[in-house]
Amino acid sequence: MKKNPVIEVKNIYKSFKNVQAVNGVDFKIFKGQSVALLGPNGAGKTTLMEMIEGIQKPDKGDILISDRKWKGNERDLHRIIGISLQETHFIDRLTVSETLKLFASFYELGRERVDEIIGLIGLAEKTNSYVVNLSGGQRQRLALGMALLNNPDILLLDEPTTGLDPNARREIWSILQHLKEHSKTSLVLTTHYMEEAEQLCERIIIIDKGRILKQGTLEHLLEEDNGDKVIEFALDESNRAIDSVNNPSGFQIQWDANRDKGVISLNHIETQLPEFLNFLSQNNLRLRHLECRRKTLDDLFTSMTGRRLHE
Amino acid sequence: MNRLIQQKQLAQLISAHFKEIIRQPAVIFWGIIFPILMALGLGIAFTRQTDIVRHVAVIENHPTAMENANNALLLHAFLENHADKIEPSGDKPQQYKITLPNAKLGNTTFVFEKTTWRHAMVLLKRGNLGIIMDEKNGRIEYHFDPLNTDAHFSYLKLSKIFSQNSVPVEENLESVHPLTVHGTRYIDFLVPGLMAMGIMMSCMWGMSYGMIDKRSKKLLRRMVATPMKKSYFLISLMTVRIIMNLIESALLFLFAWLVFNITIQGSIAGLFAIFIAGNIAFGGIAIFISCRTANTEIGNGLVNAVVMPMMVLSGVFFSYHNFPDWSIPFIQKLPLTLLADGLRSIFIEGAGFADAMLPAAILLSIGIFFFSAGLRFFKWH
Repeated sequence: MKKNPVIEVKNIYKSFKNVQAVNGVDFKIFKGQSVALLGPNGAGKTTLMEMIEGIQKPDKGDILISDRKWKGNERDLHRIIGISLQETHFIDRLTVSETLKLFASFYELGRERVDEIIGLIGLAEKTNSYVVNLSGGQRQRLALGMALLNNPDILLLDEPTTGLDPNARREIWSILQHLKEHSKTSLVLTTHYMEEAEQLCERIIIIDKGRILKQGTLEHLLEEDNGDKVIEFALDESNRAIDSVNNPSGFQIQWDANRDKGVISLNHIETQLPEFLNFLSQNNLRLRHLECRRKTLDDLFTSMTGRRLHE
Repeated sequence: MNRLIQQKQLAQLISAHFKEIIRQPAVIFWGIIFPILMALGLGIAFTRQTDIVRHVAVIENHPTAMENANNALLLHAFLENHADKIEPSGDKPQQYKITLPNAKLGNTTFVFEKTTWRHAMVLLKRGNLGIIMDEKNGRIEYHFDPLNTDAHFSYLKLSKIFSQNSVPVEENLESVHPLTVHGTRYIDFLVPGLMAMGIMMSCMWGMSYGMIDKRSKKLLRRMVATPMKKSYFLISLMTVRIIMNLIESALLFLFAWLVFNITIQGSIAGLFAIFIAGNIAFGGIAIFISCRTANTEIGNGLVNAVVMPMMVLSGVFFSYHNFPDWSIPFIQKLPLTLLADGLRSIFIEGAGFADAMLPAAILLSIGIFFFSAGLRFFKWH
């Protein structure tokens, strides 16, 4: 039986003045799926997310949420969606509990749900603190709590952990992991942290310059790209690009001039690493750094665009 | 049931906005204590019956005046004989003092300072004095701005002193009947003006700036991404403002009543009607001017553009009848003028409920018009 998508983005375009922010994007998200929109800053992720949230209208194309368009269905759709914006500000002099109670009243929810959420986001000790006195991580957890108040069918998070320290980030991830395990909420999040996409989402959509570059599961994306492992290395003579030496073994080397490092994608590290070391020896090249590891989304993005995710 | 839920939503919004205001310590100062301090300062400055002191420049005899030795020293001789000498301090010139005692109106004291014509003109331009006395050919001459009523007052009193050519006596008390009816003092004029100004300022800065700030911080965007009823958000803001303004005005009145014995001579119901209508008018204007921008600096300019002209023109501190006649009908139609005049008519003229209906209806219409227009164009994102 084929399921209906909860979010259907149909060939949408959006531009601002001379900038084409979203340029023909098309995808479907099904119930219970967790999807990451991964891309560098300025890729068009937030614009795409705001169109899904109904905040912006596409210039062209359609967006359906549970088979309904935003126009004329705003109140109904707001009831089944929970959102967390990229920047979250609250009323400074309200407490955590008062802020949640205010938003709970919009969904016709009572005190019990507020208490549940406070427990879920781990802010029980801060219940009576003014939100202005919360740390960045605590604010973001509160924002997430607000998004979860109505037990949404669809949760849309725009860069939920940007600017947070690693601990605060892990706390947010842990809440979302718990949600994934205990509910059938569909999750869409934008991020430029590949670890976040890897940790939380089974499906990843890589976006750059308003277009989808690639999408699929993490394994699928990595395997498709000349192997799922990499050798990352740096040479003693950093000025000498390895392309200039004889390369008979046919290694496909991507040279990162900014970091003076080369990256080679491969499938069978056991056989290919000795070949690579042999090749260096034959060319009288000395290693300054060598690392063999699993390929990351950052490597994948670099191989597709020549740029890194964080540039 | 649905109605009950919606009322809960409205109650939560009102509660949140109320807490947002009262938890800012500065609000208590600017909203409540500052208007009271203003009433106290201005009330004392312009209401309390104190001695009137006026400075007069007396031109020192120049050589040409010596031509007629008999008359040349008339003015100076009068001061020497009939005025009290004030001991000069430092390098200040010689000063004399004449006091006209008056138990009912307060004493009037003239301080005469001998100086040159050039220096006297400097003092006149600086506003340190309003009248200059000189003598020519045995006649005393008075120099003053004919448009300066205070100088006129000084001239009349001085000419009386010098025509009598003798020690001044107490003025004819029987012919003077000072007005002691409430409502004629400056504080009676000032307090309703301060209330009107408080309502305007509180609505314009509190609501407009608050909304623009919430928009710029994307809090509005976050709130409308829920099933919140948008009109409830605006109604809750206005409700909280009306309650705050009611508290502020009541405290201001209480203070003015205790300290200056100010009273409300007209209809309380009428006063309430104008008060609420004024709040709605300025609440509506506040929503209208803040309906689009997300930039607090633009918001600052917009609020000032509305507030400043009315502060100057609408007669909060002094009567707008000093403006040219052609401008008066225009000034009288400004919302702040309507509100201040309406409040004054009840406070000091004893206007009844029926008299309050017209200004209240106009203010209400202004509020509804701008509220509707603001809601129509309101940018939530």
